[in-house]
Order: sequence, then structure tokens, then C-alpha cells
Amino acid sequence: MMIFVLRRCGTMVLTMLVVSLLLFLLLEISPGNVATKVLGPYSSEEQRNLWLEAHGYFDPIYERYFRWLGNFVIGDFGDSIRFKVPVGEVLWPRLANTGILALATLGVVVPVSLILGVLAGMREGSTLDRTISVSSIVTTSVPEFASAVLLSAVFVFLLDILPGTSGMSEGFDLKQLILPVMVLAVYDFGYVTRMTRASMAEVMLTHYIRTAVLKGLPYKTVIARHALRNALITPFTVIMLQINWLLSGVIVVEYYFAYKGFGALLLEASLNSDIFVIEACAMVAVFVAVATQTIADVGYTYLNPRIRFS
Amino acid sequence: MSEQTIEIPRRESSILRAIKSVALLRESAVGMVGLAIVLFWVLVALFADLLAPFPPNATIMPLVMPGTEAPDGGMFLLGTDHIGRDILSRIMHGARQVLIYGPLATVCAYSVGIPMGLAAGYVGGLTDEVLSFIANVILSFPVLVLYVIIIATIGASAVNIVIAVTFASAPGIMRIVRGLVLDLRSREYVFAAQTRGEPPWRIMAVEILPNARGPLIVDACLRLGYVIITIGVLGFLGLGLPPPDPDWGGMINETRQMAMAFPHMALFPCLAISSLVLGFNLLADGLREVSLRD
Amino acid sequence: MSTNGKDYDGPILECKDLSISYFTRAGEIPAVVDFNLTLRQGDSVGLVGESGCGKSTVAMAIMQYMGNNGGIVGGSIVYKGRDLATLSEEELRQLRGNEIAMVYQEPMAALNPSMTLGRQLMEVPLCHEDINEEEAYSRAIKILADVHLPDPERVMSSYPHQISGGQQQRVVIAMALLSNPSLLLLDEPTTALDVTVEAGIIELIAEIAKKFHTSMIYISHNLGLILATCDRVNVMYSGQVVEEGTVDEVFDHMRHPYTKGLFSAIPLPGADKTARPLVPIRGQLPLPHERPPGCYFGPRCDHFAEGSCNSGLIQMTSVSGEAGHGVRCCRWDDIDWDAYRPEGVGGATITQGERVLSINKMRKYYEIHDNSIAALIKGNRVRYVKANESISFEAMESQTVAIVGESGCGKSTFAKVLMGLETATDGEVVFKGEDVSNYPVQKRTPKQVGSVQMVFQNPFDTLNPSHSVGAQLARVIRKFGVESDKHKIEHRVMELLDLVKLPRDFARRRPRQLSGGQKQRVGIARAFAGNPSMVVADEPVSALDVSVQAAVTGLLMDIQREFRTTLLFISHDLSLVRYLADRVVVMYLGHIVEQGTTDEVFSPPYHPYTEALLSAVPIADTSIEKKRIILEGNLPSVINPPKGCPFNTRCQRKLGSICETEDPPFVEDASGHVISCHIPMEELRKVEPVIKMHKEEDQPAAE
Ligand SMILES: Nc1ncnc2c1ncn2[C@@H]1O[C@H](COP(=O)(O)OP(=O)(O)OP(=O)(O)O)[C@@H](O)[C@H]1O
Ligand code: SF4
Ligand code: SF4
Ligand SMILES: [Mg+2]
Repeated sequence: MMIFVLRRCGTMVLTMLVVSLLLFLLLEISPGNVATKVLGPYSSEEQRNLWLEAHGYFDPIYERYFRWLGNFVIGDFGDSIRFKVPVGEVLWPRLANTGILALATLGVVVPVSLILGVLAGMREGSTLDRTISVSSIVTTSVPEFASAVLLSAVFVFLLDILPGTSGMSEGFDLKQLILPVMVLAVYDFGYVTRMTRASMAEVMLTHYIRTAVLKGLPYKTVIARHALRNALITPFTVIMLQINWLLSGVIVVEYYFAYKGFGALLLEASLNSDIFVIEACAMVAVFVAVATQTIADVGYTYLNPRIRFS
Repeated sequence: MSEQTIEIPRRESSILRAIKSVALLRESAVGMVGLAIVLFWVLVALFADLLAPFPPNATIMPLVMPGTEAPDGGMFLLGTDHIGRDILSRIMHGARQVLIYGPLATVCAYSVGIPMGLAAGYVGGLTDEVLSFIANVILSFPVLVLYVIIIATIGASAVNIVIAVTFASAPGIMRIVRGLVLDLRSREYVFAAQTRGEPPWRIMAVEILPNARGPLIVDACLRLGYVIITIGVLGFLGLGLPPPDPDWGGMINETRQMAMAFPHMALFPCLAISSLVLGFNLLADGLREVSLRD
Repeated sequence: MSTNGKDYDGPILECKDLSISYFTRAGEIPAVVDFNLTLRQGDSVGLVGESGCGKSTVAMAIMQYMGNNGGIVGGSIVYKGRDLATLSEEELRQLRGNEIAMVYQEPMAALNPSMTLGRQLMEVPLCHEDINEEEAYSRAIKILADVHLPDPERVMSSYPHQISGGQQQRVVIAMALLSNPSLLLLDEPTTALDVTVEAGIIELIAEIAKKFHTSMIYISHNLGLILATCDRVNVMYSGQVVEEGTVDEVFDHMRHPYTKGLFSAIPLPGADKTARPLVPIRGQLPLPHERPPGCYFGPRCDHFAEGSCNSGLIQMTSVSGEAGHGVRCCRWDDIDWDAYRPEGVGGATITQGERVLSINKMRKYYEIHDNSIAALIKGNRVRYVKANESISFEAMESQTVAIVGESGCGKSTFAKVLMGLETATDGEVVFKGEDVSNYPVQKRTPKQVGSVQMVFQNPFDTLNPSHSVGAQLARVIRKFGVESDKHKIEHRVMELLDLVKLPRDFARRRPRQLSGGQKQRVGIARAFAGNPSMVVADEPVSALDVSVQAAVTGLLMDIQREFRTTLLFISHDLSLVRYLADRVVVMYLGHIVEQGTTDEVFSPPYHPYTEALLSAVPIADTSIEKKRIILEGNLPSVINPPKGCPFNTRCQRKLGSICETEDPPFVEDASGHVISCHIPMEELRKVEPVIKMHKEEDQPAAE
């Protein structure tokens, strides 16, 4: 078990290294571009060369990579071209905002989809199951930007009970969080629900559930003690991996609602070629994704006695 | 052995078999609804030139509500946008864009992902480890982050979108194929092919791949739906097909600022994209249901 | 309520005219038709029949657990005077696990993987009786000891995957016995286990029946197991009971043509193959919705009479003079069994030719990389699975050599080396004068490849479901260079289909349109497509229905004889081996422990393992008396085999420390009969034969 955890962590570090190398190659391979981006298209050749000289861009590429990586590890991501401040200063508050958004979304998605999934999977083929399954297909078919439009049309335009943007310019406002969370949750819950349902339905067909019923256990005990324990292993993994998807979703939602989060920052940076911000954002996103993946793997192993004790 | 002419009956043609599997789909109501939606959009895309009441990029009368009559006769059934283009016509032509680039990108992704998956699953060993690691690295990017970075770096164009989708989806396809191959490679018919000394490529292509097609077709439908969402999202973020050609995501992006006053401008493209994706998702669900029964 | 239920003294269970159907998209599938059964206190009744005949359905109906598409469509099940169909869910719950308990086919699947066995056991008394945790715990410990599990405390705290299959089944049996049920249903409890482990479980079941006076319904497809466990037996065919009676009546004086056919189709090791050839039942089991009108066995029956056999449902009639003996055949009294002489398979031995295969001290080790902490510290990261150790034997042209042994003894590894899918670690494999031990299949010439071919075990996966039968055969013909012209290939395909007695239009069919036996025939055709000199058949019939097995076996032997092919027949079924093999090689944990001609291996002197294996084979013959040898313990792992004699951890004749330290010598009894054991040959010769007739006649009486 210990070895397994260590090995997973090793893989995680390795993945991060490869990702950093990819990013470095993609964005910084040609110093000329970097300088153009930093100094703007109207800078002179001379200015650019001076800047490159000053920032060590004429050193061999591997030296540059390692220096860049070293800076990254200690949290020095360079300066934002647009905001003219160290990237960290922009990034951390944005990340915190996105964290709030993501947590709130998970807070809705996890209970709702687990409950619906278990209910649907418990009696496969029942009307309840069909209803839940089809509605989860329908909601996952509506892209976030579309549901953002639809939901704001209803809640902002028709009913006028919720604000249409979530800039939070006057401090934190719970009301402004509702629509973004709703949009993310509507899109995400369907997948988790369906995976939970599939897992539950599969467990309900296993022979050990039959054994439990034929032992004469009450139905509730069969579900609570025998089925859930096994059926919830898969959804756990799915939820952890869902965080990766959520990071995609926040880009759209934050952009739409002008929410000052990490996704919007990445998008702005990309549109404005703010390369040091892009690099930092990408690394952070990948880190979150890889870390949750690792937790998912380790958790899966832990929850599964067949693997845990072998 | 008496000399008699032996008729070896032909294999069923693949078209016939495709029709048969569609007939199977009849048993799944959900799948049929999905198929109907998809077919509807395919027809719209095919005949967009005939069906669309106005040229998609013609600016006629800005900010008109649905149902208004056009100055030169005809009607703006779904209204016009902020610079006066007919929304219905743009949606119809947009369907064409989506239904060209969506399937194209998906096919490209599969033609990269399938060989990778076959190699990883069948050859195993180091090949598997290397391919799987590459796949893991790419998959560890949140998808949209990856798209945004790629498109921001190489620029927004139809070809680049196809490249980006291929790059981002192939690893997922590879994983699925690999899983299927790992299961199929221990079948006795594969063993039989090995014992008669068939070359590995033939075993992968002839003995294994055809038996993986069921799950792959289902996956392809789901993935197609997702690729359509992706194209939409990129358009919405302003990273999609360059204007002025109609693109559903782009239409929503251009008009959403005015959505408070003129909700129809963003609403109808939203419905269009959602229904098409829904069609593919329902179709996939129906196919899965039918294939599990057999 | 449950206590006065246990004092009841009428019949425990009565099924009256029970009919059960499944409702599917294709319509109603009548799985069980007109089933009757009365079970008294202490009775044990066997339900025997081939796959799909409705045995499990009956058991599940008694449990009132039919899934969401099954239902009782007629008749009743009365348990201790109460009609089960009228009970509420809560009343049923109180019966289940308390009064009626069940043991399942696959113990691993029947146990919850993420719960300790102790918890799973204690649940039963905790939910049915008013007792506390400690009492439940001590009850569980006690019952585990009753089913002879060593170290019950450890078992209690284990998870299912941490104990072996045989032990898991003992736990499931313990679970069923915990609340001292009045009725125990056992659905193929040993099918998933190895023969030597099976013998132990069967003994346990017989012991339980005596000790607890539980009434039992024992379901099996194996007549031999029914003989070992039951007093009465119901023979089922395609949803109906076709014959019922006491074990003696049915086994010795069977009246139904199907029962008769079944007994003639299974090999009985008591009899010699020339004296009692196998008689296959023609045709195949009908699917439930394709049953003929009248007698379901009609299309396969040699005594079919137009008019009487196919007009209306045949009723169960009792055999005059034998009160409890019923038979569902309208002509049982008219059939003249003495005049009935069906053609058998097997028989004629033929002259053997020159040596085709010679294996000399072949070893095959697999490397595995051990990543555990202990291995890291000790530094021995690489460990070896010793799948084959020092294998030596020979095979002649047109000879049948059987390789027998339990799962994991290295049979399949050996086949892989032979086929060139693996290369040997050491030693020689000389095939027709050439050492091929280091030639993987890619390096062999097409002719070499074509001359060793294989028939596989699992009919469901032996053919590629995506290609037609004809295309698959054609590919082999082209690959081995037998023919290259398109027309000639097609012609050859037809010849092959003729050879395996399949209709020619099967060439166009896809595998899923074929039954198991038919697929296996195509598999045989494929193996013989390249005119091989040797065919390796890896358990070719073990996955088939009993009534089809004989026909496929017969076919394989006929073709082999016709082409003078050498046949290596890998099997765990000693009865079958006795029928068709010329020589037998017995393997245990990768070692050959004994080899010789069939007669030599089946009679003393035996290797102690051969002796135990023979005694474990269930034999459906009342005239046979077997020595009972139950092996202790489990099969050791090949990663960590015992030192000295591989069999020393379970050997019933173990001499002492010499067996644990020194490799046993290979001692030759007669020429070619070799036993690897420390016990001196004189001692082994004195051993009693395992199988003896105790009646004068060696055949089930046919009158
Ligand atoms: N859930 C189900 N739905 C439809 N048909 C079923 C179902 N379960 C069983 N059947 C059919 O009912 C018949 C009897 O099946 P059953 O499982 O009782 O046979 P069995 O004698 O126990 O066979 P086996 O030896 O393979 O265990 C078969 O034809 C089977 O295909
Ligand atoms: S009823 Fe007729 S067909 Fe059926 S078993 Fe008897 S003789 Fe054969
Ligand atoms: S060598 Fe010893 S342990 Fe092995 S079979 Fe002979 S007596 Fe038994
Ligand atoms: Mg069964």
C-alpha cells in the first residue's frame, strides 16, 4: 500500500515535469516571440535583444528550462504582461474565487447525483430509473454556455430574481454565486448520476446481493450494508475525476458571468498572449487535475479490500 | 469428394448489416428519438442552401423580433441579430459547419487513437507504458485548458480546431481501445490466430478490432456530441471559426451582451446546439441498450 | 413462529404441478413445466440435468427469488403446509436464511468482497434470532469448525479473496447451516472447484445431512455427485422432470430413453472402453421456445413413435411395481432394450507408428517482478513461476496421450511451449526430428506450424464472432498453404465441414448462430485444416453439455484415427481419459508424477497423487466401490512450491522428512510406466485398487 502511494506520487511528479517541459517548449521555444509578446509588437529589434539578454534568453535551452523550472518551484512565475505585477499576485486571489465556485458546485452535485444514481440503480428499469436516466442525458447535452443563456433568460430576464453577472464588485455576494453554480451543476450532475446508477445497478445484480437477500436480511440492510459499500467505490473515483472537468467548465462560466476567477484569467491571458500567466495557470490546472487523479487512485485502492490486502 | 459446384454464399454486405443494426435500434425508443434528431439536423445541413430563407451573411434588418416580415417579402421566423442577419438561415448554415467539422475531427481522433490503443493493448510491455504515459500526460490537462492553450498558440481556424480535437481526444480513445484489446486478446480465437503464426498487425486488425466495434460505435456517438460542444464552446469563447461564417457558438457569443433585451438572438442557437448534442447522446444510449441485449 | 415451524412433521416441501416462466422481449420462455416434488424431513433429493434444463430456476422459485422477469405461472410450492406464494415479503424474509438456506455455485461471487467473512456470517443469526454480538461470534466460530475450516478466528477476520475457493465454499455452507435450516438447497456447489477439493466438499455435505437431519435438494449436472449425496433423484430435460425415483431405481433400472442415453453417453471408469463404448445422443438440446409438441426429447429419441410421442404433453406415469419411480414417456413399457444396440464410439485400437514427439527434460519458468517491500529489501526482485519442471515423455503417430491434472498444474503452459507461443527455458522438444523448443511460432515454417494445431476449450470464444465460419476456415487453409486457388479453397472448406459432420451451409453462418457443440466441431475442422501430424486438444469437451460431449469426443477420435494423427488430450476428467487415451501423463504443480499406458496408470502401483485423483472422480455407477481418499489442504502456489516432493504438503502416504527435503526419484515399474515417489515400488504394488466392482455385472442393467 505504502509503496503504491509512493509510486503514484512519483508518477504525479513525473507527469508534472513532462507537462512543464511541454509548456516550456510550446510557449518559450522561440525567444523572439516571447520578447515580442512582452514588449509589444511595436518594440524595436534592439529593445527586444536587450530584454532577452537581461533575462538570460541567450543561454542554452536546457539551462533556461531548469532556471524556469526552479523559479516555478519556488513560486516565482514571472510578471504578468497585462497587469504588470508578479503573476502570483493576480493568480492566488483568482484561484481562491474559483475554489469557492468549485466547492459550491461539488456541494450540490455530489449529494444530488449520488442519491439520484443510487435510487435509479436500485431498481433498474423502473419508471424512476428511466426518468432519472433520461433527464441526466438531457442535462449533459446542454453545453454550459447554452444553459447559462437559458437559465439567465429565465431567472434574470423573465423572473428577474437573480443578478445576470457575478463580478462581485461590491464584495462577496451569495446571490451572484447561484447562477454560475447552477449552470455548472446542471451540466455535471448527469455524468456522475449515470456512473453511480451503472455501478449500483451492477452491484444489485451480483451474486453476493442475492446471497444477502436470501440470508433473510431486510431490504434496507441489504442496500445499506452490502450494496452501497461496493457501489460507491466507482462514483468516488468519478467525482474526483470530475474536478478535472469542472476546471474546463469554470472557464466558460466565469467568462459568461464575468466572475473573477481562475478560468477567466486563463482565458484573458490566452487572448492577450500573457504567456507567464498562461504558464502559471496551466501548471496550476494540471497540478489540481493530477493531484485529484492521484487521490482517486489511492482512494480506490484503499476502498477496495481485494486490492488493499494483496 | 464428389465434384460438385459449391456455392459459398457471400458475406452479407456491410450496408445490409448497417441497415439491420438500425432495425435493431427500433427497439429502443430513446435511441430512435436520438436518431430522428440527428437525421433532422443532417438533412438541414445538407439542404441548407434550399431551406434557408435568406443568405446567411446578408445584413438585412437589425434587431428584429421573431415573426417579423422582411422588407422584400418573406419572414424572419426567428428574428435577426444585431447587424441584421436572419437567425434561422444562420442556424441552418451553422449546422453545416458543425456537421462537417465535428465528424471530421472525431474521425481524425479515432484514426490516431485506435492504432495507439491497439499497440498499447496488444503489444504491451514498454510500448504500452510509453503510450499510456503520454496519454496520461495529455489527459491530465483539463480539456478546455488544453484547447485554449493550443488554439491561443496556433491560432483559430477550422483546421486548427480539428488538430486540437484530435490531440485532446486521441488519448481517451486510446485508453478505451486498450481496455477492450486487453479483454479481447485473451480470447481463444486470438490464441488460435497466434498458433497459426498470423502477424501481429493482422491479429489486431482482423481478429481483435472488429469485435471491439460495438463499444467503439457507442463511444463515437458520445464523443461526437462532446466534440460538437467543444466546437461550440470555442466559438463562444471567441476561439472558434473566424467570422462572418455562421457558427453556433460564435452566434451566441456575439449576441449574448444583448440577450437581456433580445433573448431570441442567443436562445435559438442554444437550442440548436443542445438538441443536436442530445440527439447524439440519446442515440449512443439507445445503441448501448440494444448492444447489451444481444 | 420460526420455532414451531421447526417442529413441523409433515412433508417439508411440496411442489405441485409447478410451472415457471421467464418473460423476455422474445416472449414467454417456459423454463420449468409441470414440476412435482415432495420432500420429507431428512430426505435428500438430487436434481440432475444438462445446462438450461431449469434446475436453478426450481431452486430460485423455492426461494421466491425470481428476478424481475421470472414468475410462477402455474402450480404451487408449499413449505411446511404454507403456500409460499401467499406469504408477505416480511414472512418470506423470516424463512430465507433461517428455515430455507442455499449454497451457490460460485463461492467467490456469493460472498461480499468488501466485508469480512465474520461479519457476513454473524449477520445471519443476528437478523433471525434475538442474540447479541458475542453469541453470534461464538456461533460462527463453532460452525466454521463444523465445516472443518482450520483456524476459524483467522477466517472470521479475513476477506473472501484471502482464502481459497474450497474454503470459500465451506464458509458459504457454514453460513447456510448457521441457523439450522430445515431445508438446504445446493446449486452445483462444487462445479467451480477442482476434483480433489470437490471430494472434500461432497464428503462434508454427506456428513452434514447425517448430523443435522436437514432435508436437501442437491442440484448438479453430474450424475456421479448425485450418487454420492442423494437418496432420490429427479432427472430433468428441457424444463421437465423426465424420470424420478430412488437413486438405485434410476441408476440401475432407468426407463426413460433420455436417462438411458445419458448414462450411455458418459464414460464410467469402471468399465473398459471396448466392453462399453460411449453412445452419443444425437442432436442437441432444444431451446425453450423451440420445443417440439409432445415429448420434448422426441427429435433426439430413437424410439420416437409418430402419433403417440408427438400428440400432447406426455404425462408422468409410475413404473409398475416401483411405487416412487415415475417416468415421462408414453412408450417406456414398449421399448425392447435388449434389441436396442446403438452404435458406439471409441473401440478399435490401431497400430502406432513411429515417434512424432519427444520431450526431454523440458522446463518452463515465467519471470515475475516482485515489487513488495520485503522483496525490495531482500533484493530478490525477480521470482520464478515454475510452470513446467523437467517434463519428459514421448508420443507416437496416431497415439492418444492424455495429460491430466488439476487447474494450475501446468497443462496449458506445456501446450503453449509446444505450439511455439512460448519458448522453453531449458530442455528439448523434438518434433519430427527437429528441436523446436526455441522456435517461437513466427520462426517456424508454415508447414511446421500447420502440422501442430490445437483445439480449444471454450466453444464461446474459440471462433471469432465477427467472421463467418467459412471465412475462418478459408483463412487457415490459405495460411498453411494447403490451397491457394480461391475455388479450391472453397472446396476444401466444404470438405472440412463434411468431415466434422456439419451441413455445408454453415460456411455462411456466423458463430453466434451455432450451438456450443457445433462451434466445437468447427474448431476441430480448423485444427485439421492444415493436415496436422499432431493435434493438442485442451479440454475440448469440458464446457459442453453432457449429452453432446460424447458425440464431439467420438468425432475427434474418428478423425484422428482416419488421419493417423497424434493427439495430445489435455483433461481433468479421468473417466473420459480412460476411454480415449493410449497413454496417460499425470501432472502435479508442473511436475510429471506418473506416466504409463492407460491400464498401468489406472491400476496399482499408483503414485499417491494418482490414487487420490482417481478416488476423487465422481462415478455414476452404483456397482462401483471406491476407496475414499480425501486430500488435506489446498493446491500450493507455483510461485512458492514445496521443497522435495511437490506433493508432500497434501500426500496421504507421505513417508516423512525425506519427502520434504529430497526430490523423489523416477522409478520405472514396467517399461514406460514411471512413478516419481520415495515409496519403494514393492510397497506401491501392494496398494489396493481404488475402483472395484462390488456387483458381478459391470454395466448398468438393461432389461
Ligand atoms: N432471467 C432469465 N431470463 C430469461 N430466461 C432465463 C432467465 N434465467 C434462466 N432463463 C432460461 O430458463 C431456462 C432454465 O434455466 P436455469 O438457469 O434454471 O437452468 P439450469 O438447469 O440451472 O442450467 P445450468 O446447468 O446452466 O445452471 C434456460 O433456458 C435459461 O436460458
Ligand atoms: S415419449 Fe416417445 S419420444 Fe419421448 S422419450 Fe418416450 S419414446 Fe422417446
Ligand atoms: S515422495 Fe513422499 S510426499 Fe511425494 S508422493 Fe511419494 S510419499 Fe508422497
Ligand atoms: Mg444452474
